[in-house]
Amino acid sequence: MKLARVVGTVVSTIQAEILDDRKLLLCDTLDAAGQPDGNYLIAVDVVGAGAGETVLLLDEGTSARQIVDRVTGPLRTVVVGIVDELSDDGTWTS
Amino acid sequence: MQLGRVLGTVVASVKADGLDGVRLLIVQPLDRHQQPRGRPVIAADGVAMAGPDELVHYVSAREAAQALEETFVPVDHAVVGIVDAVEELSQ
Repeated sequence: MKLARVVGTVVSTIQAEILDDRKLLLCDTLDAAGQPDGNYLIAVDVVGAGAGETVLLLDEGTSARQIVDRVTGPLRTVVVGIVDELSDDGTWTS
Repeated sequence: MQLGRVLGTVVASVKADGLDGVRLLIVQPLDRHQQPRGRPVIAADGVAMAGPDELVHYVSAREAAQALEETFVPVDHAVVGIVDAVEELSQ
């Protein structure tokens, strides 16, 4: 999975059917310290992530389709979690 | 998925099996501020409605082929939607 931050939404009416009625979030991908790494992905939201939140992106098709109960379809990137806390300085927070 | 701008179409009469009838588009990848970034790619038109200069979103790798009728085809980019709006959070 990848760390990302929700920075916007993408509105699309003419699109692949698997994307219908799904929210598309514009997400900056982040490095381990939580800083934008210059790239971004448009992801389907399944956890109700809000703008500005740090999230977990799943960027692999088979599992993405599994999450939306589909066998086929051009879906690859899904927001699967909302991050509460990042500790990359070695401290362990349970 | 990422944002792209349709620059044009590619006509190829000799193509791999499964690609006949599939529209091929020249797509300029865009960064999240919709500025061109990187080299144009050739993407299959998964919505069969993308016109020139249209803002689209496209998927890459294995999922691109999943956007077509025939899913076992050699396609690595596919347009999967026409973008009506990109609402960026004002930070």
